[in-house]
Amino acid sequence: MNLAAKDIQHNLGRFALTIFGIGMLLMIVMGMGGIYRGLVEDATLLVERIGADLWVVQRDTRGPFAEVSRVPKTLVYRVLAVPGVESAREFVFHTVQREHNGKPLRMSVLGLSWPLDKGEWLPLIAGRPLAQNHYEMVADKTLGLRLHERIKLGKETYTIVGITSGMASTAGDGMIFVTVWDSQAIQFDTPGEAMRLERAAREHRSRTEDIFLSQPILTEQLSRPTAELPAVASPELSAVVVRVAAGADPDVVAATIFTWADVSVFTKAGQEELLLKGMVDKSRRQLGMFRTLLTIIAAIIMALILYTLTLDKLHSIALLKLIGAPNRTILGLILQQAIVLGGVGYLIAYLVGQKLFPYFPRRVVLTNEDLLQLAAIVLGISVLSSFLGIWKAMRVEPNESLMG
Amino acid sequence: MNENLAIETRELTKIYGSGHTEVVAMRDASVSIRRGQVVALLGPSGAGKSTFLTAVGLINPPTSGQILIGGVPVLDGPVALVNLRSFRRKHIGYVFQKSNLIPFLSARENVQIAMELNGVGPRQARHRALELLDELGVLERAENGPAMLSGGEQQRVAIARALANDPSVILADEPTAALDSHRGRQVMELFRGVAHEHGAGVIVVTHDQRTLEVFDTIYEMEDGLIRQRTSQLTLAQ
Repeated sequence: MNLAAKDIQHNLGRFALTIFGIGMLLMIVMGMGGIYRGLVEDATLLVERIGADLWVVQRDTRGPFAEVSRVPKTLVYRVLAVPGVESAREFVFHTVQREHNGKPLRMSVLGLSWPLDKGEWLPLIAGRPLAQNHYEMVADKTLGLRLHERIKLGKETYTIVGITSGMASTAGDGMIFVTVWDSQAIQFDTPGEAMRLERAAREHRSRTEDIFLSQPILTEQLSRPTAELPAVASPELSAVVVRVAAGADPDVVAATIFTWADVSVFTKAGQEELLLKGMVDKSRRQLGMFRTLLTIIAAIIMALILYTLTLDKLHSIALLKLIGAPNRTILGLILQQAIVLGGVGYLIAYLVGQKLFPYFPRRVVLTNEDLLQLAAIVLGISVLSSFLGIWKAMRVEPNESLMG
Repeated sequence: MNENLAIETRELTKIYGSGHTEVVAMRDASVSIRRGQVVALLGPSGAGKSTFLTAVGLINPPTSGQILIGGVPVLDGPVALVNLRSFRRKHIGYVFQKSNLIPFLSARENVQIAMELNGVGPRQARHRALELLDELGVLERAENGPAMLSGGEQQRVAIARALANDPSVILADEPTAALDSHRGRQVMELFRGVAHEHGAGVIVVTHDQRTLEVFDTIYEMEDGLIRQRTSQLTLAQ
């Protein structure tokens, strides 16, 4: 006769509620691990998906994902001239926040190097990649935008032609994909009034500064957009992504580019390491500490629950001892209940988590490895937390069953 | 070794505390109870009845003296000569003032568990449990939990459990205290019946003077001393 099962059957409501509570607690522990995995995956997602061998960025910066990086468009052609380079593409990346349907909409914008890159590599779940170099956009489903929906960014209106899944920036913002030209238009969009004021300021300077008197031709440039003025144009790209030719050593190519004074270069592994160590590390450690604390709290709560359940059964345990039950029977009763609490709690955590995690604002990624690791931890804390109850049960004397 | 003796105690003494806090709860208690004999133990509160019962029940060993059960020496003073828990399981049945059934087991399971702990297979234990419950008139309540049973039914189930392993000795501590006089008498008659049918020696601690005629022997305890008095049944005969 299985005494643990009989006791659970007798106190089913109480056990069910307790197990559900433990399940919820374990779900949070599981979720914390999943958020950490999601963080790591999000951090390295773009680097993985873009599949570049080298990232050429502004000198002494850590690349477009870690901080602001500006390199000139002409860098693409310089890089292409380096021996061993198969292809070099423009890369523009920035984050914008706009109002959409009365709610703030935060998105990371990635510029695709049209026509070389139309976004065929994107994990589309609906629609298609870009088919023209302007006014089309692919958006991630987490942004809540619909296929064929039109959205105004800057002065232009873009049509959503494709929906991706799981494309988020390191900050967890959903991504949109447009051509490099469009991404720059979104990034450097300036209000008309600001442009008029800028032109007025230039005209004023043309009347007061000597250079315009000595070089009158310069005044012809004053009404052109700022980005088109050769002397004052800002570097426009975030980075140049490089693919190395088959057989070429990426480290050798990187070493060549590294000698240039205006840029820094990272290999794919270097960029990933930078992202993980620089951007994700604090969050990772924070989540890790929370997870550890929650696991300890779960163990303490389980120990208290099992101890209380044992206290409730002390009279029965004394009676069992009186009628000759060996210690292993008593131990089995408590240990089996502990394992049922942990095991079923874990199952509930998994099942409820599967339903709830997709609604979390950040991606929660449950890997088999993490699930197995947590299962082992739960088994461990189930056994450990039963020790307090077992200790109490072993101290009960049979004659206590004779007392009221 | 006299195997006809269910239980024999030789000069049992139990002392609690030491020095000026020393209390002698039981002094030189010597009794012999045959198989099939039903014995009452009377006495006021604090006389040492529970000390005697827990000592012969192998729960609270005496300070000195010997206990033999079924002719086997089991305790020499506080020294156990056998594995006490295992010996209790096989040779002693307990019935208490409150029925002391395990609340999360049904009536049948309360009886069955005693046998399963003694190594009897579940199917055989179940069959025997139902037989005992039938014998004690509570078969129809076999699948009910203790909370669903009346006081008298609970005591019958407890007696069935005490009989489960055909013990040499049944110890009962005021088993009729929670029952009305009619039920109390029925329970005492049951003890008498099972003692004779199962060949167990039965020791019943009781205050219930109305049921004394069912006992073969009556012992009285006062200030830790035990003495035998002629039973009502003997007097009547």
